[in-house]
Amino acid sequence: MISGLGSKAVLAVGLATAFIGTGSMAETVRWGAPRDIVSLDPYSYGDSYTINFLNHIYEGLVRYNRDLKIEPALAESWEIVGPTTWRFKLREGVEFHNGNDFTAEDVLASLARVSDPSSPLKGNLPAYKSAAVVDDRTIDIELTGPYPLLLNDLTNIHIFDKDWLVENNAEKPTDVSAGVEGYATFNANGTGPFKLESRTPEAQTILTVNEGWWDEAQHNLTRIEFQPITSAATRVAALLSGEVDFVDSAPVQDLPRLEAATNLKVLERTDLRTVMLGFNRRDELVAGGANPMNDLRVRQAMQMAVDMDLIHDKVMRGKSRNAGTLVAPAIPGYSADLDTVVPADADKAKALLTEAGYPDGFEFDFVCTNESYVNEEQFCQAIASMWSRIGLKPRLDIGPTAKQTPKRANGQADVYTIGWATLPMLDTYSILIQMLHSKEGNAGVFNWGGWSYPEIDRLTDAAGVELDNDKRLAMETEALKIARDEIVMMPLHQQPMAWAVSSGFGDFPQFPDNKPRLWYVTK
Amino acid sequence: MLAFLIKRFANAIFVMLSVSFIAFMIFRFVGDPVELMLNEQATQAQRDDLRAKLGLDRPFAIQYGTFVANAAKGDFGISFRNQQDVLAMIAERFPATFELVIVATIISLVVGIPMGVITAIRRQTWYAEAMQFTSIIGISLPSFVVGIGLILIFSVWLGWFPAFGRGETVQIGWWSTGLLTQSGRMSIILPALSLSLFQITLVMRLVRAEMLEVLRSDFIKFARARGIPARAIHFRHALRNCLMPVVTMTAMQIGGLIAFALVTETVFQWPGMGLLFIQAVTFVDVPIMAAYLCIVALIFVLLNTIVDVTYAVIDPRLRGADN
Repeated sequence: MISGLGSKAVLAVGLATAFIGTGSMAETVRWGAPRDIVSLDPYSYGDSYTINFLNHIYEGLVRYNRDLKIEPALAESWEIVGPTTWRFKLREGVEFHNGNDFTAEDVLASLARVSDPSSPLKGNLPAYKSAAVVDDRTIDIELTGPYPLLLNDLTNIHIFDKDWLVENNAEKPTDVSAGVEGYATFNANGTGPFKLESRTPEAQTILTVNEGWWDEAQHNLTRIEFQPITSAATRVAALLSGEVDFVDSAPVQDLPRLEAATNLKVLERTDLRTVMLGFNRRDELVAGGANPMNDLRVRQAMQMAVDMDLIHDKVMRGKSRNAGTLVAPAIPGYSADLDTVVPADADKAKALLTEAGYPDGFEFDFVCTNESYVNEEQFCQAIASMWSRIGLKPRLDIGPTAKQTPKRANGQADVYTIGWATLPMLDTYSILIQMLHSKEGNAGVFNWGGWSYPEIDRLTDAAGVELDNDKRLAMETEALKIARDEIVMMPLHQQPMAWAVSSGFGDFPQFPDNKPRLWYVTK
Repeated sequence: MLAFLIKRFANAIFVMLSVSFIAFMIFRFVGDPVELMLNEQATQAQRDDLRAKLGLDRPFAIQYGTFVANAAKGDFGISFRNQQDVLAMIAERFPATFELVIVATIISLVVGIPMGVITAIRRQTWYAEAMQFTSIIGISLPSFVVGIGLILIFSVWLGWFPAFGRGETVQIGWWSTGLLTQSGRMSIILPALSLSLFQITLVMRLVRAEMLEVLRSDFIKFARARGIPARAIHFRHALRNCLMPVVTMTAMQIGGLIAFALVTETVFQWPGMGLLFIQAVTFVDVPIMAAYLCIVALIFVLLNTIVDVTYAVIDPRLRGADN
């Protein structure tokens, strides 16, 4: 069978052919990923890359469809039976990969496992209080209070088979402090469109199609070979030489070369992630002295000084999307009215600075990382020089994320970059509660500048318990408007993302959250 | 002899302690793993929890003390990132690195020794000059450039060898080997070649220098006078006398190759210890970084100690020098 092919093809197909053997219609995706998944246990910790990959094996009660709208998955329907109680009707005829039936007990065991005090993922289900089995196909979930975003959270809570957990002593999540490695770290048993064949950490994870999947398959794949290739240059080489046929993170500088290759196509779009700048809002600057950035006119001047079109054209090579508001258009709560970019006007910016009492500008620390966001180093340098033009004196501080994040989180930055995609929730509430809300209790974890806007807090808190979707979104939009008027954060753009696939694929949908969902892929 | 041994081992332990201390201290400054381990949604309470779980809230001295005490028992703790036993993770990847290093060493000897001999006995010819010149390139090109170049030529253009990975592996006990499968053998060639390039040059230059030395000595002149064929003189008499330092150097370099394989492993996505280390750095996975440094240091210290002890066994004067 192999002898008929050219030597290049033999090598390229190599392993895959050997495994497939007799399957005449075998459709394989060889996926060259920028990194490995962390574990096969979807509750091992809240790493969205891992959770998304495991979504091929495991499923939640609900899921996102092609348009990232929530649709039923293991649950067929749901209703709110009391202010804090949700009732889920479960799907009939679903089987786990080991042949066990899916019942309400499985959901209960999974929810107990994910909400265990030692579970690293319990924060992904913040409002969960308890659950009760009504009958085999019905389960009630009790929440700590009225909470509108339960479905969003449940998209990321994968359901285990209770019997499998019990048999393998894996009912409790893996525990870092106790050094407990779970059975679930190395084995998997879900209900999803693919099942695990083998896994070698850092080398290869192989999935094969689940013939008994409850849903009608929109894909025609029989096999997924997932291989992490961390070096970007090697990833591109593997793609060009035909050793892999899908790369979910193609380096921007290699795109022209990939586009020129006849056996490949490049899929490009902008990410949901909005990159923005945050300001120190404490009384003093990091280096000491009164903080001019508490004056709205200073923040307006800083915003006007930045020419977003220039950054879009020159730094981002026309591939980014300039943002006027803090969330991308696909995020519920977004409003097109707010999404207008402030035009650059250096003269007006200088006048505003003078009016605020800083005709000669002032010095401040501008903290950037060099690898978090696309072309971050370059746009930070561009922004710093645009500010210098109106007389400001930014001290640019660029370094690796691991080094810069503690600085930013501990208030050791006057201006800093941050990107927010609202993942895994996919709702404006995410950025409101985590970043824009005052830092108190569990809110405002990313309020790195130390600001407080009582009106934003009020709207956020109210939206967090409002079960009427329209009312809730209106409140979120209003909070975003305040953030825009007050320039709490200064939005820059949604960054570009690129996938490259071999041209042999028919349908290969690309998602703005940068998560490959191969159950929509045809070859 | 006993006093000498005790002294050598005390030295070794002192070196290990210093390395572990420096490693541990440096890693305190690389950043905060907690910020990288949690997603956007995580609350402050979760962050504090995780920090406490990882023991990051304890004073530095206590963290270091626990680390050394556990490491002495062979327990390097649990990886921050994927919650597995660090030593098991390193042990799992050790065979990949070891095979790569051994194959690279073999290539460097098989290619380097003949090249050394040729450049020594045919000093004036164009091809000896060419080899000398190429060897300078071999020693001065950074290994990631070599690696990417090999991938470009042999994978992308010619399609002869795979660009990444280790191919299929076979499990023999706890050792996984890629040398028993066709795809495994194909996969090891490019990374081993890229790793051995520097080594080839080193072997070649060492053999050449030794050969030139030996060829000037009296017993070669006598052999020539007796009419022994040139081929036998060069390869049987002269080369054999050159090999001792080559063997010593090769043994010493194995430690170095294991340590420096990390660049090659990153380029070729070779699932060895070096790749594990690089990934640990991006995630500030301190237990893995510390364990890796300690293990590499241990390999160096062991190799050095063995060489020292062997010398002392061979040459009694070295023992005397210590007293």
